[in-house]
Amino acid sequence: MSTSQLVFFGLAFATLFSAVLVIAARNPINSAMSLVATFLFLAAIYAQLLAHTIAVLQVLVYAGAIMVLFLFVIMLLSLTHLGDPTPPPALHQVVGGVAAVAVLAGLVVAIWRWHEMAPVGRAREGLLRFGTLEQVGGLLYTRWLLPFEAVSLLLLVAMVGAVVVAKPRI
Amino acid sequence: MQISPVDTQNYLLLAATLFCTGMLGVLVRRNALVVFMSIELMLNAANLTFLAAARERLDATGHLAALFVIAVAAAEAAIGLAIVIAVFRNRGTVNVEDIRTMKY
Repeated sequence: MSTSQLVFFGLAFATLFSAVLVIAARNPINSAMSLVATFLFLAAIYAQLLAHTIAVLQVLVYAGAIMVLFLFVIMLLSLTHLGDPTPPPALHQVVGGVAAVAVLAGLVVAIWRWHEMAPVGRAREGLLRFGTLEQVGGLLYTRWLLPFEAVSLLLLVAMVGAVVVAKPRI
Repeated sequence: MQISPVDTQNYLLLAATLFCTGMLGVLVRRNALVVFMSIELMLNAANLTFLAAARERLDATGHLAALFVIAVAAAEAAIGLAIVIAVFRNRGTVNVEDIRTMKY
């Protein structure tokens, strides 16, 4: 097993472990900190996938901005008290858990068969440029300029909407 | 410069597991904030799939899809957390089972 495979499996295990902690932790603060760890491990996996730009954005936007927003809201609502002990699982929770496991099984089977049916050969040219800010920016500001501008409009609407929704009186 | 010898299949399996972890959180947890965090997990699993496919095909368009997903996730987090604050102000709870005015 080569070094990069070892690195990948270590990162994958760390990602899944912290992801499970996110949904298992009773205190929302612990969930949020586990989510930060998940995002950082995922950023390392993105970098291993040659997506350097997205890895940097993952750290800046996800682990930085979005998680600060989450922590800020948790602190604001002072939800750190654990409350009464967890009630027994309701029927819809059991069904939801079974559904999640079933979806996972279906996805694993599908990925397995995809690998057997269509092994795609890999070209090795142009790897030095792949995933760099230059290439991603070049695509973003030429062919995908309209979606990019639409996203900026979406962010503006979300910003105004967040103010309108969260304000007690306008 | 060389592609690391980790198969794309491994990344897809990791993404599938991460997605189902997030789905489990959305379906099972009662705290609205943890439900939101689980949604972020699912979005990241989608991102991982995009990036793995981008490397498989050596096509950077998948990176743009991941970029747009990150932007939409930021918008979703802002709006969602604003709604959580508004609900907490009106009801004094963020337990999703206590918020059921529109259920029946």
